[in-house]
Formats: sequence, C-alpha cells, structure tokens
Amino acid sequence: MPKLNDVCRYVRSKNAGPFWVTIDLFFDGQDAYQRYSDDPAISAAAIGRLYGVETQAVRRFKVDTLNVVKISIPRSQPQGGVLERDMHSGQQFVPMLDIVLA
Amino acid sequence: MADSDNSTRILVPAGALGSGVRADELESGLAVAPHAIALDAGSTDSGPAYLASGKSKYSRQAVKRDLGLLMAAREKAGIPLLVGSCGTSGCDMALDWTLEIVLELALEHGSTPRIAVLYSEQDKALLKSKAAAGAVRPLAPMGELSEDSIDGCTHIVALLGPEPYMAAVEQGADIVLGGRTTDTAVLAAVALLRGEHPGAAWHAAKIAECGGLCTVTPTSPGVVMSVDREGFAIAPLSRANRCTPQTVSAHMLYENSDPFRLVEPGGVLDVTDAQYVAIDERSVRVTGSRWAPAPYTMKLEGAGGGPFQTIMLVGIEDPAVLEDIDGFLARMSHALKRKVERTLGAQAEGADISLRPYGWNAVSGRTPPEGSTPPREIGLLFVATAATQALATEIAKICNPMFFHFPVREGKELPSYAFPFSPAEIERGQVFEFHLNHVVEVATPFELMRTRWVNVRSKEGVSADA
Repeated sequence: MPKLNDVCRYVRSKNAGPFWVTIDLFFDGQDAYQRYSDDPAISAAAIGRLYGVETQAVRRFKVDTLNVVKISIPRSQPQGGVLERDMHSGQQFVPMLDIVLA
Repeated sequence: MADSDNSTRILVPAGALGSGVRADELESGLAVAPHAIALDAGSTDSGPAYLASGKSKYSRQAVKRDLGLLMAAREKAGIPLLVGSCGTSGCDMALDWTLEIVLELALEHGSTPRIAVLYSEQDKALLKSKAAAGAVRPLAPMGELSEDSIDGCTHIVALLGPEPYMAAVEQGADIVLGGRTTDTAVLAAVALLRGEHPGAAWHAAKIAECGGLCTVTPTSPGVVMSVDREGFAIAPLSRANRCTPQTVSAHMLYENSDPFRLVEPGGVLDVTDAQYVAIDERSVRVTGSRWAPAPYTMKLEGAGGGPFQTIMLVGIEDPAVLEDIDGFLARMSHALKRKVERTLGAQAEGADISLRPYGWNAVSGRTPPEGSTPPREIGLLFVATAATQALATEIAKICNPMFFHFPVREGKELPSYAFPFSPAEIERGQVFEFHLNHVVEVATPFELMRTRWVNVRSKEGVSADA
C-alpha cells in the first residue's frame, strides 16, 4: 500500500489568509489521481482527525483538470500569535506525506 | 497582442512592489502598448506585525528603486500607474510612507504627476456603530465582532474594490496609490473601466496578482494580461519565459482556500467552467470565467500588539542529551518554570516559557514517531513571553544559567552547551495578533474610503487638494 508521498509529484501547504491553511496534493498523473483522490485516508473526516479539526470545518475540492485535491482547514490559531511555529503554514503539509492509501 | 487589437492590456511588472521590477521586462512590456501598469504592494501574508505597526515589509530603498522604474515607464507611455495595498498593510501610515517616496522621486526626476491617494483605514467608533447596526458579519472560523476585538487593534483597514481606482483614473490620475485593496481589484480596475468582460477581468487579475508565479519561471517577475469582451490572455514579459495552461490554471490554487470561487467586494468570481488554451508557446487564453454581482461588502483586517518576547538560542551536540531528547526537554522545562516561579512569585503569572528544539520537532510541535533516530545536533530555542519586554528579559535572565548548564541526569557534572551570542538573551519585541476576520456591508464602494489628490506642479512645489 503506497503512501501519499509516493503517488503525488508535489504536496504543499500555505496560509490562505491569516485564518486558514490550504494544502494542495498534486497527484502524479491522471491514473494516480483517479485511483487515489477519493481514498478514505484523505477524506475530510480523516484530514480532520489528522489536524485536530472537526470534519465539517474541512473544505475539500477536486480539481480534475490539474489532478489536484485541495484541502483547506481553519488554523488552530490565527497567524502570528504567541505560540506560532509556522508563520506561513509552509510546513503544514508534512504530516500528510506518510498517509497510507488503500 | 498588437496595439490594433481590441483588448485592454495591463502590465503587471511584479507580484509586489519592492520585490524587484526588471527594467528589461518593463521595456518589452511597453512594446505591447499597455493601457496601465498595475501592481500590488502588500498583503497579510507576512503576518500581523506589518498591519499592527504600520511599517513596510520591503525596504524603503527597494520600494524606491521599483517606483523609480515604474514612474519612468508610466511617464514614457503616458499611462496610469496603479499601486494597491501600499506599504504592505495599506493602512494610512503605510500609504503616506509610499506617497512620500513617490513625491521624492517626482522631485528628483522633475516630473509632475497628478496623484490620487485612496485611504481605507477605518475609524473604530464608526465600525462599532456599523457592528451595532448589524452591518458587520464574521467570516469562518471567527465569531461575532466584539468591541474588545476592535479596541485590540492599532490599525483596521477595509479592503477596497476596483471602483475608487476606476474613478481616480477617470478623473485623470497619473498615479493611483491605494490603501488596502483586494489583490485582484487593483489589477482589474482599468479593464473594468473600459467595459471588458467582468469575469475575465477579475480572473485575469487573480492569475496575474503574483506576477511571474503563473509562469514556468517565477523568478521572472512580470506578466501582461490582455482582457477583452469575452476572455483574457496572459503572457510573461520576459521573452525567455512562458505561460502554459497548466501554470496559469494552477495559480487558482495558490493561497486560496477555494480554487473555483473568489469572493470580491461587489460579487463572486466563479472559474468552475473556465477553459485554458495555449495561444502560442508562451501565452494562454482563458474563457468561460463568470462574475456574479452581489451586495457590496468590504473585508476588514485588523491587528494589534500583544505581549512581549525575549529569546535565547543554544546549540547541543552532546549525544548523551540527544539520545533521550524528549525526556531531557521535559525535565528542563519543568525546572525552568519552577525556578521562575520561585524567583518572581506572583509576578510570573501569565508568563509563558516555550522550548523548541530545532532539528527535532520545533516546527510541528508533534511528538516524533516511536523509534525515530536522534538528531546529530539541535538548536534549542527558548521563548519567554510576558506582559512587558522587561519582564520577558527578566525571565530569560533567570533561566539563562540553567538553560546553559542543565545536566543530562541529576547528580551528573554540569555540562555547558553552545551559546552563539553574548549576551545570550535577545529582546525579540512585541507579539502582534490579527483580531478581525469580518466583512462590513456598505451602501457604495466609496462609503468607507477617502480620496485625496496630490499634484506635483513643478520642481519646487507639491500641492495637496483637499
């Protein structure tokens, strides 16, 4: 069973404004996209569990023309507060890489 | 993209003013006979400090260099220059800072532009009355706007739409300097003013907002967007660079929570059915973008100062520490907090000490998986947060000896870790925080903004109309 990192050519994360993080999964070609983009391991519920966010707060989009799944979640705290560790959310994709797909 | 075609051509020389406009790109851009030069100078991307302090992220020299090139290009072509979100945050102070640089350049170059300055900083009392009247709505994940949130901000701005830019250009502005503006509005304004397809104008602006980021080689910063009655085309300014349907459509993903819909002040851009087709090797044509008008709202951004931080950094290579790093850090954290409590008593209440081992798990704060190999070295960051800078530094100084010498195990000899600096404690300054994520309903796009006209009439004189 492959990991998400094995079937994506690129995974990235970034703030989408100070209150949201957005994660883009660029699948490695159409075959990988079709096979894995609906995998339960990257469902809204699974992503919510991974990041500690309620399922309803997870926004998930499929962009077929780009073989991309886009996931947006509210930040645990607004950008830049006392406990900030990742100002631009540029490293927030990393926990996704090891997700095991069916 | 010849002069004879019917499109409106907007030169977008870079993703941000101050990031480095290229003279050769401007020259090839002017060859397509553009109708305006437009770019953005700010955003919230870099964090709350810039809005809370009103200071620019980019250096004054860098902004002046870019503005010098852009003002010369504008004058040569006889077209308007539009700059949105001046001075990073677009608050009044940041806008005036940018205006001062423009006036300095005009005097140095002996040019006499007519300048419109669009202010969008908000008065707290007015916003409170708007909120009380139910005209302010929260955006997810925020709750209702409280008076405390408003009072906690040092600066509050409302994001301008394109209308004030359109009005300024119509009234003969050579240079329009805008306060905080949506990234797209400043780029879309002249195409909308000239009656081009609104969906295409907004979509083109969204694609061009980060300059070269929608191209194959993002380090070439400039692009030109050509908007007409049905769609738009986008191409890089550098002859060596290319746009492809993939690089263009992928830009809808960037720093956007929704890749298909973009909410703007007077409506919603919907690109669900947009088609991206290569025109030639380096240009892409886009059609099918839709614009749905909606009641006019302006997004609010507000930030203010919170507590203060003092930091220390120490390097640790000792394998005896690193083989049980989590245990070591837990013991150190406990000991540091007890020492601060013992020394400061009630004064320490509300203060925070955070240890972040770079090279181990400082970035995520998550526990590494069981069995992870210990790192070869870590940079251990100590962060004291307290109500005043003096107290944060006091806490750091109390912790300094223990942070420097904390033993691997109790009863062992005292080690010394590697401080890179003397003094070890560094006053980092204030923590800034965003407090607003709301929209305010307005009767017109002009209700919450002020336009000021500044005319440079001669080498000696600057006059401000009221």
